[in-house]
Amino acid sequence: MLELRNITRHQGEEVFLDDISLSMQRGDLNILLGPTLAGKTSLMRIMAGLDKPDSGELLFDGVSVLGMAVQKRNVAMVYQQFINYPSLSVFENIASPLRVARVEKNQINRQVAEVAELLQLTEMLNRTPDTLSGGQQQRVALARALIKKADLVLLDEPLANLDYKLREELRAELPALFAAMGAVLVYATTEPTEALVLGGNTVCLYEGRVEQFGPTLDLYRTPASLSSAKIFSDPPLNSAKVECVSGQLMFANSQQKFGINIEKIPDGSYTLAVRPHHLSREREGIDDIEVKGSVSVTELTGSETFVHFSMEDNSWVALLHDVQNFAVASTVEFYLKPQNLFLFDNDDALVEWQLAIKS
Amino acid sequence: MSIQKVQNNKAWFMVMPVLILVAISAIIPLMTVVNYSVQDTFGNNEFFWVGTEWFQEILTSERFHNALLRTLLFSGLILAIEIPLGILIALAMPKRGWGVSVCLVLMALPLLIPWNVVGTIWQLFGRVDIGLLGHGLASLGIDYNYTQNNLDAWLTLILMDVWHWTSLVVLLCYSGLVSIPEVYYQAARIDGASRWAVFRFIQLPKIKRVLLIAVLLRFMDSFMIYTEPFVITGGGPGNITTFLSIDLVQMAVGQFDLGPAAAMSLIYFLIILLVCWIFYTVMTSYDNDEQSNGGGPQ
Amino acid sequence: MASIQLQSLAHRYPSAPDYALNSMQQSWSDGGAYALLGPSGCGKTTLLNIISGLLRPSEGRVLFDDIDVTDLTTQQRNIAQVFQFPVVYDTMTVADNLAFPLRNRGIAKNEIEKRVADALQMLDLQERANDRAHSLTADDKQKISLGRGLVRTDVQAILFDEPLTVIDPHLKWQLRTELKKIHQRFQHTMIYVTHDQTEALTFADQVIVMYEGAVVQIGTPQQLFETPEHTFVGKFIGSPGMNVLPCEIDGSEAVFAGKRFSLNTAIDNPAARFELGIRPENIKLSPSEGMPLTVTALEDVGRHVIVRGEIAGAQLSALVKDGVAIPENPRVSFDSAHINLYANDYRVASGRGDQAI
Repeated sequence: MLELRNITRHQGEEVFLDDISLSMQRGDLNILLGPTLAGKTSLMRIMAGLDKPDSGELLFDGVSVLGMAVQKRNVAMVYQQFINYPSLSVFENIASPLRVARVEKNQINRQVAEVAELLQLTEMLNRTPDTLSGGQQQRVALARALIKKADLVLLDEPLANLDYKLREELRAELPALFAAMGAVLVYATTEPTEALVLGGNTVCLYEGRVEQFGPTLDLYRTPASLSSAKIFSDPPLNSAKVECVSGQLMFANSQQKFGINIEKIPDGSYTLAVRPHHLSREREGIDDIEVKGSVSVTELTGSETFVHFSMEDNSWVALLHDVQNFAVASTVEFYLKPQNLFLFDNDDALVEWQLAIKS
Repeated sequence: MSIQKVQNNKAWFMVMPVLILVAISAIIPLMTVVNYSVQDTFGNNEFFWVGTEWFQEILTSERFHNALLRTLLFSGLILAIEIPLGILIALAMPKRGWGVSVCLVLMALPLLIPWNVVGTIWQLFGRVDIGLLGHGLASLGIDYNYTQNNLDAWLTLILMDVWHWTSLVVLLCYSGLVSIPEVYYQAARIDGASRWAVFRFIQLPKIKRVLLIAVLLRFMDSFMIYTEPFVITGGGPGNITTFLSIDLVQMAVGQFDLGPAAAMSLIYFLIILLVCWIFYTVMTSYDNDEQSNGGGPQ
Repeated sequence: MASIQLQSLAHRYPSAPDYALNSMQQSWSDGGAYALLGPSGCGKTTLLNIISGLLRPSEGRVLFDDIDVTDLTTQQRNIAQVFQFPVVYDTMTVADNLAFPLRNRGIAKNEIEKRVADALQMLDLQERANDRAHSLTADDKQKISLGRGLVRTDVQAILFDEPLTVIDPHLKWQLRTELKKIHQRFQHTMIYVTHDQTEALTFADQVIVMYEGAVVQIGTPQQLFETPEHTFVGKFIGSPGMNVLPCEIDGSEAVFAGKRFSLNTAIDNPAARFELGIRPENIKLSPSEGMPLTVTALEDVGRHVIVRGEIAGAQLSALVKDGVAIPENPRVSFDSAHINLYANDYRVASGRGDQAI
C-alpha cells in the first residue's frame, strides 16, 4: 500500500502540491485526472522518488521511503514520450531491468518471451526502437515496466502521443495487463473518457489540490465539488449561476425562473450544472425541466450531434444521439430530468436538494 | 531528513580533489599577491605595511588609465567586428549534408593553434621583408610596417584576433541556429516575411543566449589578451599596443615593482569579476524567463 | 477564397522507395470545410504541405481556381497555415504578431488595425493584446498562430495541421467550436488535417479519409458513418468503430449466426471473403429477441455503456444509452437498414431496411 500524508511542494511563490493525502492499495488502478499543470507529474515524481516534497510523509507498506534513493525503490515508470534505449534491440530494452538485477540468462529469455507475447512484440524483438511505430515503441516501454514486477507502476499520460484509434486499442488492452502486475498502479491523464474506460479509483487534481478521491464511477455520478464535476466532464460541463429565493431558482442575471421548486436548501447564490448528454429533445416525465436557448452552432459526428446554444448569457452544449440539424439562431428546447441537475454552493461544494412536491 | 545528508556528503567528497587543486594553484598564490599589494620593500626581503597606497597610486596613474583605455578600445573593436561577422558566417553555413562537416572542421582549425604560435605566424606574416602580407602590401605600393606605424600595429593585432577567434562565435551561433525547429521558417514563409524579418524575429531571439555566452567569452579573452600582442609587437611601437596585461608584466617582471604590480593585478581581476557577474545576472534572468513559459516546439 | 484541384498528384520522397502519396485526382469547392483524416503515416501532412507550397510534389499539378500554382512559392499562393506546435514571434506583442503577415504584404495601417481588433475579439485575446507573446500559455500561443491566419481575410485557403494537439481537452472543445463558427461566418476554404475523428467529423462538411498514401473515401460525416466504403473507414470512424463480422452469402441475403439479412442487390462473387458491417449504435439489446451474446466486458463511459461480447465466434461491441437497463443474458438484433456488406474489405451492398429481424 502506498500512503501519502500531507505532501506539499512549492517553488518560491508557486504551490505545486497542496497538502495531499492519499492511500492506494496494491492491485488497484488509481487514476490522476486533471488538466495540465494540475500537479499530476509533480505528484508522480514524488511517488517515484525523483523529487522530494517540502513537507509530508510517504510510506510504502508502512515504511517511510522519503529519503530512499529512487534506484533502491522498486518503481517502474512509463512516460508520454516513448522512452526506450535507442541503441538496444527491443529484446535488450525489455530485458534491461532483469540484467541490472543480475537475473540468470535462461530466466531472462523466458520472461522476456512471456511479456513480449502479452504485448504482441514477439516479431519485433530483434529490431531497434527507432524502426518501430509510436504505438509499438510505447508497448516496448510498457513491457519494460511490466517485466520489472515493481511494487509501484507509474504511467504519465502514456497514450497522449498516440493516434486516436491507437489510443483506443491500447487502452482496451491495459486493464488486462494491469491486472497481471499486482502492484500499486498510478495512471495520469487529462481525458475523462480514459478515466471512465479504465475504471478503478480516480483522484481529481486541480491546481495542486485533491478535489476528490474515490471509485471512478462514483466520482462521475456524484461529484463533490464544481471543480471535480468540471474536470470529469467531456464535453465540458454546462453551468450557470442561479439564486434561490424561497425555494424558487432564478438565473442570477435576468431573474428568469428556472422551472422547479426546491426544498431543503437555504436562500442564496448557487451554481447549477448539467452534463450535456442529460439534455433531451423529448419530455419524458412530468417533472422534467425545460431549458430553452438560441442555437449558435451544430456539430455532427455521424452518430451524435453537439448543439451549442446560448441560454441566459451562458454558452451551453447538448449532446444528442443521432444526427439532427438545427438552423443557426433558431430557438431550441431541451428537457432535463431533475435528478440529473447538480447544485453547488458558493464554496463549490455539492448541495443535496430535493424536489418540492407539487401541490 | 538524515538520509538526505548522506547523499550530500558524498557529493562533497567527490569535489574534494578539485578543491585542493584550486586551492594550491589559485587561492594561495592569490593570497600572496594580496599580501604584496599592501606592502612595500626597501630590498633585503624586508616588507612594511603601506595599506591602500599602491591602489591609490595605480588608480590615479596616467599610465594605468592609458593602458586601460587601450584595452577597452581593443575589446570594443574586437566585439564590434567578431560578433556580427560570426553571425553572418554561421547563417551562411549549411545545415545539412556533407558541407556541414567540412565547414565545422574549417571553423575549428584556427581555435586549435597554440596562442604563441598564432602570434608567431602573424609576426612573420606581417613582416615587410619576408611576410606574405607585408611584402605583398609593399609591392602594391602601400606603406605598411607594424613595427613602426601605430595604426598598422593596431590593424595587425585586430586582424590577427579576428582570424583567430571569430570561429568561436561562428560555432556557438551555428549550434543555436541549428536547433531552431523547421516549423518557424515554414510559418515565416507563410507570413510572407522578408529575409531580414526572419533574422530579426526568429533567428536572433532564438540565439540570444548563445550569443550572450559568445560576447562574454570574447570580451573576457580580449580584455586579458597577452601572448599574441607580446609576440607580434611586444607592446610597441612605443607603447601604442601596451595593453593592461603587458603593462602589468612590464611592471612586475621588468621593473620589479612588486607592490604596484600586485595592486594592479588585483584591480584587473576585480574588473573582470565585475563584468562576469553582470553577465551572469543577465543570463540567469533569461533562464527564469524561459522556465516560466512552457509550450512550443522542443 | 479558392476552389482547389489536384490533378494526377503523387509524391515520393527522394530517398524513399515507396510513394508517400499515391496518384490522386481531387476537386474541392470554394468555401468548403474539409478534413483530411487518417492514422499517422497516411500522407495527410504531406498532402497539406503540397497544397500550401512548402513541399513540391514529384508528380502532378495543384490548381487554385483553375490556375496552376504548382510552381508558385508559398507566399505567392496566398494561403495561411496553422501548425501543430504554436509558432509565435517571441519578441513581439500579441497584436504585433497578428499584424505581422499584414505588414509584410503592405496593407494600409488602419485596415491592419481593424482586422487585428477583429481577430483579437474572435479569439478572446483582447486583454493580452499588448503583452509579449513569449509570456503566454501554450493554448493562447496556438490561438495567436490561428489568428495570424484569420487576419488575412483575402486568403485563398486556411490549412490546419493537427492544430489542437498540444491543447487541453476542455480548451480543445472551445477552439474547435470557434473554428466552426469562424467558418460559418467567413466561409473561407478550410482544410483541416487530423487523426482524431471527432475533430474531423464535427468540423468538416466533407471528410477525406486517407490510408497509406491513398484517398479511401470522401463524404459527409453522415455518409462516412452510415455507408463506409471500406472496412478501414468503418473501423476508423466511430468510437468504438464498426463491428466487422464474417458471414456467408446466399443469393441476395447475408447469413450470420443463423439469421438472414436481406440485401439491396444480389451478390455474384462467391469466392470472396464476406463480412457484415454493423455499428454498435445500431445494435439493440433485449432479453428475448435476437441472437445470443456472450458478454465479456461492460465499459461504463458515463454517457453510454459499451457492451463487449462474443457472438458466433466473432467479437462484437454494442452501445447502450445511459440509464437504459442491460439484460442479464442479452440477445442482440441488428437494425437491418444499417447493415453493410463487404467483399474483400470493399462495400458491395447494404441492407434492405424493410424487414424486421
